[in-house]
Amino acid sequence: MTARARLAVFLAAAAVIAAFFTAACTDLPPFGTDSHPYGERAVAAALDRRTANVVSAVNFDIRAFDTLGEESILFGTVLGATLLLRRARDERHRRAEADRVMPTTRLFGALLLPVTLVVGVYIVAHGQLSPGGGFQGGVVLATALHLAYVAADYRALKKLRPLAVLDVADSLAAASYSLIGLAGMIAGGAFLKNVLPLGTFNTVTSGGTVPVLNAAVGVEVACGLIALLAHFLDQAVELTDPDQQRYGDT
Amino acid sequence: MGTWVFLAAGWVLLIALYGLVTSRNLIHAIGCLAVAQSSTYLLLLAVGYRRDATAPIYSDLTPGTRPVVDPVVQALALTDVVVGATVTALLLALTIQLRKRHHTVDPQALTGLKG
Amino acid sequence: MTEAALLPLAVAVPLLGAALLALAGRILPRTGCDILATGCAGAEVVCLVLLWTHSGGRLATADLGGWPARLGIVLAADPIGAGLALLVAVLVLAVVVYAWRYFDEPTGEHAGAFPALILLFEAGMAGFALTGDLFNAFVFFELMGAAAYALTGYHIEDPRPLHGALTFGIVTSFAAYCSLLGIGLLYARTGELNLARLGGQLAAHHTDVLTVAAFVLIATALLVKAAAVPFHFWLPDAHAVAPTPVCMLMSGAMVELGVYGIARVYWTVFSGPGGIPHQAFRTTFTALGLLTALLGALMCWQQRHLKRLLAFSTVSHVGLFLVSVALLTSDGVVGTAVYVAAHGLVKAALFALSGVLLDRFGSVDEHGLHGRGRELRTVGVLFLAGALALAGLPPFGTGLGKALGEDAAGHWQPWLPAVFVAASAVTGAAVLRAALRIFWGAGPVPRNRPGEEETTGEGEEPEIRSPRRTLPPTMTVVPAALLALAALVGALPDVAAALARGAAVFTDPAGYTAAVLTQPDAPPGPVPAADWTATGVLLGLLSAGIAVALAGTAVHREIPARRSRHPAARAVRALRRQHSGHLGDYLAWLALGVAVVCVAIAVQI
Repeated sequence: MTARARLAVFLAAAAVIAAFFTAACTDLPPFGTDSHPYGERAVAAALDRRTANVVSAVNFDIRAFDTLGEESILFGTVLGATLLLRRARDERHRRAEADRVMPTTRLFGALLLPVTLVVGVYIVAHGQLSPGGGFQGGVVLATALHLAYVAADYRALKKLRPLAVLDVADSLAAASYSLIGLAGMIAGGAFLKNVLPLGTFNTVTSGGTVPVLNAAVGVEVACGLIALLAHFLDQAVELTDPDQQRYGDT
Repeated sequence: MGTWVFLAAGWVLLIALYGLVTSRNLIHAIGCLAVAQSSTYLLLLAVGYRRDATAPIYSDLTPGTRPVVDPVVQALALTDVVVGATVTALLLALTIQLRKRHHTVDPQALTGLKG
Repeated sequence: MTEAALLPLAVAVPLLGAALLALAGRILPRTGCDILATGCAGAEVVCLVLLWTHSGGRLATADLGGWPARLGIVLAADPIGAGLALLVAVLVLAVVVYAWRYFDEPTGEHAGAFPALILLFEAGMAGFALTGDLFNAFVFFELMGAAAYALTGYHIEDPRPLHGALTFGIVTSFAAYCSLLGIGLLYARTGELNLARLGGQLAAHHTDVLTVAAFVLIATALLVKAAAVPFHFWLPDAHAVAPTPVCMLMSGAMVELGVYGIARVYWTVFSGPGGIPHQAFRTTFTALGLLTALLGALMCWQQRHLKRLLAFSTVSHVGLFLVSVALLTSDGVVGTAVYVAAHGLVKAALFALSGVLLDRFGSVDEHGLHGRGRELRTVGVLFLAGALALAGLPPFGTGLGKALGEDAAGHWQPWLPAVFVAASAVTGAAVLRAALRIFWGAGPVPRNRPGEEETTGEGEEPEIRSPRRTLPPTMTVVPAALLALAALVGALPDVAAALARGAAVFTDPAGYTAAVLTQPDAPPGPVPAADWTATGVLLGLLSAGIAVALAGTAVHREIPARRSRHPAARAVRALRRQHSGHLGDYLAWLALGVAVVCVAIAVQI
C-alpha cells in the first residue's frame, strides 16, 4: 500500500473502532462503582490467609498460576535474548576500556550501591505486607549493581557481575516456582496450594508460601534482569561491528 | 470524569496504532507498542477504581474500616507490566541485530519478504 | 495419578524441563542436551496420554492452589483441549528428535537454550489449551508468543528472519493488548475471569455494544494467532524464515490454537443469553473462514518459496477449520478436531522434509531446485505422500476430518463442501507441483518472472554447518513417523470416536459450567458420528484427483506470456503486492479487520 492508502485504511477503521469503543464505554458500570465482586472475595481470602498486601495474595496465592506463567515469560526472554544477542560468526570480542569518572561520582556510587541492595532485599522480603514484592524488589536489586556502571565503568560492573552464577541462579529460581507448586500438590493435594504455616498477620513470616514465592521471583528477576542487561550492554560496549572490522577500523 | 477515563484507554490504543501504522523507525514502533500496552493499564485500573477507597493493603489499615479498590485488576496490571517489559526486550534484541545486518531500522526499507 | 495432578503437571513438566536444560547446557555436551530434551518431551507426552485416557471423555478439572473457581484459576480439559495439548506434545517430541544434531550453534555455555525455548513454547501452548480462565489464557498466549518470537529470529546473521520475527512479534503483541482491553471490558461488566462464571454472569445482561466490543477485542488476538484474513499477513513472513523445527510447531499446532481459543471462548462465555447470538457468530466467522480458505489457497498456488507455500496452505486450512467451528454444531467440532490433528502431523512432516532440502542445497526454491532432488528418492516419496494427505486422500486423518467437516457444513449450506474440496485440492496440488519439479524434474524449468513481487527462496542459509556429512537418519524417520500417525488418525476409529465424545462435551456450555463450578459427572449431550462415509471417501478421492490433475497440468504446461495482462492475473498480482512485508500495512489491515468484524456482528444483533 502507499502511505496515503495505508493512512486512509487506518483512519476509516479507527473511526469505526472509536465509535464502538465509545458506545461500549457508555454501557460500562460507572467509574468508581462500588460493585467489585471478585475484588471483595479476594480481599476476604487474603485476610483469611493472613496476607496484608492483597495484591500480593492475588499474585502469589489466589492466582499464583498466572505468576508462574509470567515468571516463565521472563525466563524465556532471558534465554531468548541469550540466543538472539549471541556473538555472530563475524563479530569479535573486545575488552571494554577503563573510563575516567569524577571521584565524587565514584564515591556516590560506592555509597548508594549497598543502600540500594538493602532496599531491594527489603522490598522483596516485605512483598506480602507492603507495596512491593519479588518483581519490584528484583528490579531494584538489578539496578543496584548497574550503579557500578554508572558511577565507575564497565569493567567495574563486570567484576561485580558473575554472569555464570547469575545464569544458574536464574534457572534455579525459575524452577523453584514450579517445585514449590509441586510441593503444594504433594502436601496439600492441589498444585501451588499454600501449605506453609500462615504465621501472625502483618509480620514478615505471614502468608505461608507467599513470601517464599516472592523470594524465588525476586532472585529470578534480579538475576534475569542483570543477565538480560548484560547481553544488551555487551552489544554496545564489547562487540565490534562486523563492518567496522571489514574496513580495519576497530 | 466518569466515562472519560475509559475513553482515554481507547484513545491511547488508537493513537499507538496510528504511530505503529505510520512508523519509519522500529525503535519508535516498539515504543508505540508500549503505548498501546499502557492503554490496558489505564482501562484495568479504571475498572477497578472505587470512589473514596484506599489501596488494598492492610498493614496499616484495620479490615472493614474503609473500602478498598479492586486488588485483582492491580495484580493483573502487574502481570501485564512484566509481560510488556519482557516482550519489549526481545523485540529490541531483534532490532539490534537487524540494524547490524541491514543497516536500517526503517520498516519501509525491509523488502526481503513479500508476495 | 489423578487429573488434579496431571493437569498442572502438563504445564509444569516442560517448564521444569526448560530450567533443567538451561542449567545442564552449561555442563553437558550437545548430545547430552538433546537426550535430556527428548526425555522431557517424552515425559510430557506420557503425562498428556495419561490425562487423555484418564478423563475418559469427560471434562477433567483441577482447582489450582485449592481455590474454587470463584476465586482461583481452574484448569479444565475435555478431550478436545487435552487432545490439542497432546498434539503439541507429540509435535514437540518429533521436533526435538528431528533437531538432534540439527544446529551446531550456539555452542559452549548456551547449548541448552534452543531446546529450553522449545519446551517453554510447549508449556505456553499446553497452558493455553488447558486453562479455564480468561486472563490466564492471555498469560500463556504471551508465553508462547515470547518463545516463538525468539525462536523465529534464531538466524541472526540473515536480516530476513529478524524482519519476520519483528513483524510477528509486534503484530501479535498488539493484538494481545487488544484482547486484554476486551478482558478488561468484560471484567468491568461481570467481575469475573473464570470462563464458566463469565458466561453465567453475562446472562444477567442484555447483548449490547459492550458485549460486541469486548468479544471482538478478545477475538482479535485469537484471529491473529489463527491467521484469519485479514489478520494473517505475519504468518507467511514468519514461517518462511523461522528455523524448520520451529515452523513445524507453529504451523502444526500454534496457529490452530487460535481457532481453538475462539471456539472455547465463544462456547463457554458468549454462547448463552447476554452473549453473541449464534446466528451472528455463525455468519461472521464462516465468512471469515471462507475468505481465509480461498485466499490462502490462491496465494499458496502462487508461491515458489517452499516454506512460504506451506505457510499459505496452513492459512487456507485454518480457514476450513474456522468454517467448521463456526457452524456451532458438535459435528463441525469433531470434524475440525480430527482435521487439526491430522493436518498438524502432515504439515509438520512437510516442513521437516523441506528442512532436508534446506540442509542439502541451501535453498527451498521450487524453480531453483528443479530436478536437483532426484537422488533423494525417499524424501521425494514422503513429500508426495504428504501432498496427497494434505489434499485429503483417504485413509489419512486429513481426509476423515475434511469429510466430517464437509458433512457438517453441507447440512447448513449445501455449497460449502465445494469450498473444502477446492481449498484442499489447490493446496495439495501446489505441494504436489513442487514435489514433482524438485524430486522428479518434471516439466520444463519455469522461467523467471522479473519484476514480480515475490520471495524466491534461494540463498537461504543452510541450517546445518557441515553440509558434507550424510543426512542424519532422524531427518527422514521423523517425517515418515508423522505421516504414519496422520494415517492412523484416519484409520483407527477409536481416535475419531474419542474426539467425537470430546466434541459433545465441548459444545455443552451448561455441562462445562457444572463441571468447573461443582464437579458433578454430568452426562454430555448426544455424541456426533465420526466415521468414514461413502460420500466422504469419494470427496477425499475427488480432492486428491483434482490436486493430481492440477499439479500435472501446471508442471507440463508453460504459461503463455500474454496471460499476464489478463485481468485475473492483474488481480492476483495486486493481491500479492498487499503481502508487502511492511509492518504498517499489516497493522492497518488488522485495524480494518477489527472494524469489519465489529460492524458485521453489530448489524446482526
